[in-house]
Amino acid sequence: MSLIESTLQPVDAILDVTIPAGDGWIHEVKKGQTFRIVDLEGNQAVDTFFFDAHDYTDRYSAVDTICAQGNIYLSTGTRLLTQNGHALMTITADTCGRHDTLGGACSQESNMVRYDIGKRYMHACRQTFLKQILKWKPDLNGRILEKRDIGHNVNFFMNVPVTPEGRLTFEDGISYPGKYVEMHADRDTLVVISNCPQLNNPCNAYNPTPARVLIWEAE
Amino acid sequence: MMQSILWEEELRGGQTWSYVLKRGTALRLTDVDGGANVSALFYNADFPEERYNMPDTLKAQHIARLTEGFVLYSDMGHILCSITSDSVGWHDPIGGTLNAAIVHAKYGDKDYQRHRNEWTQSSRESLLLELAKYSLGPRDLTPTVNFFSKVQVDADGSMHYVPGNSKPGSQVELRAEMNVLVLLSANHHPMEPGAVYAPKSIHLAVGQAAPVAADDACRVSRPENGRGFTLTERYFGSEARA
Repeated sequence: MSLIESTLQPVDAILDVTIPAGDGWIHEVKKGQTFRIVDLEGNQAVDTFFFDAHDYTDRYSAVDTICAQGNIYLSTGTRLLTQNGHALMTITADTCGRHDTLGGACSQESNMVRYDIGKRYMHACRQTFLKQILKWKPDLNGRILEKRDIGHNVNFFMNVPVTPEGRLTFEDGISYPGKYVEMHADRDTLVVISNCPQLNNPCNAYNPTPARVLIWEAE
Repeated sequence: MMQSILWEEELRGGQTWSYVLKRGTALRLTDVDGGANVSALFYNADFPEERYNMPDTLKAQHIARLTEGFVLYSDMGHILCSITSDSVGWHDPIGGTLNAAIVHAKYGDKDYQRHRNEWTQSSRESLLLELAKYSLGPRDLTPTVNFFSKVQVDADGSMHYVPGNSKPGSQVELRAEMNVLVLLSANHHPMEPGAVYAPKSIHLAVGQAAPVAADDACRVSRPENGRGFTLTERYFGSEARA
């Protein structure tokens, strides 16, 4: 695990936004720009999904990304690949050291299975993803985004180890207040965030917290 | 276990197969010669926007491998298939899918004109063609389940393909809990070492499944699966089985 700090300063950012817990964000990050997500209070899962901004049918692929790098964790050096093999973003700085891409996003339906059928009413990440993509504009080919476009996302700051015996565990976070991950856009990328509202899971101490996103122009 | 076999056929190495497996029927895959890989996609045949969800399947059962007693979850909280029988012990849900770039780099390109059915094909492209027959496309792709293959993960997160996971005659049996559109590609696992393109054939059998008992092993293996079965029965309303 190699921790790499960034030299970029928030005062120079062209965008600096705080996303409240349980809220969403959708934005195009242009090729060459640098994009940072900050875990403001620690142990938050920032569920993030990526599309080729010019072709929504080509989107971030969790399995293509981990298969290509031969490692399930995302950190500095990871190229976030689409299912067509294109790099959308490359992680260039990371003070947390490990991010999950196997755990996916919570939904009302998966909460019913995982916790209790009565949990259906609780707010969940896939509701936020849907809310964000349904309001977004068509791509260059006139395609709009719908539920079927939501693939499997990155959970920044989340710790989901796999054991050699093939078990998947949710461990206490290794993130602390102020930890951040930073990535360079290799192509124009549409970024969708659900700042996770999960209240059933001890990995965020049952307390979802805000996240901050910043963008810097190309050097 | 499968009660009666309706028919059997061979899925030749490199080839793709699709079928709507009705609720209550079963599909048995047999790795005849050993060392095979089958990359599989699963959809609700009555509403294909509902499909296999890898993270939900892993999270609900706290697993990164599939075997007997586990189930495949859709993104809508339903169970598509149960793994009712398995002599392998480990099927891979995280290793990815053989694509054209990997085929090109690892095996080289052999075309149909010169090589006929020995040409090199990729699971990703073959499955996309098969999906198109159902008006589905790249937006509908999910990670595949890679039957008969094993990918192990070390403490530092590094992934390793484990050779020799599936012996000759190994079998895995899936029971459909919904009407499930199943797509199969019998082709190499993307992480499999070696430079020779020689995907193995698979024997398929489709048959009637035994009714799901209250103490069904997949149903009682975890409380999550009990709730998954309940939600699936609610989806089918009066068709719910005991």
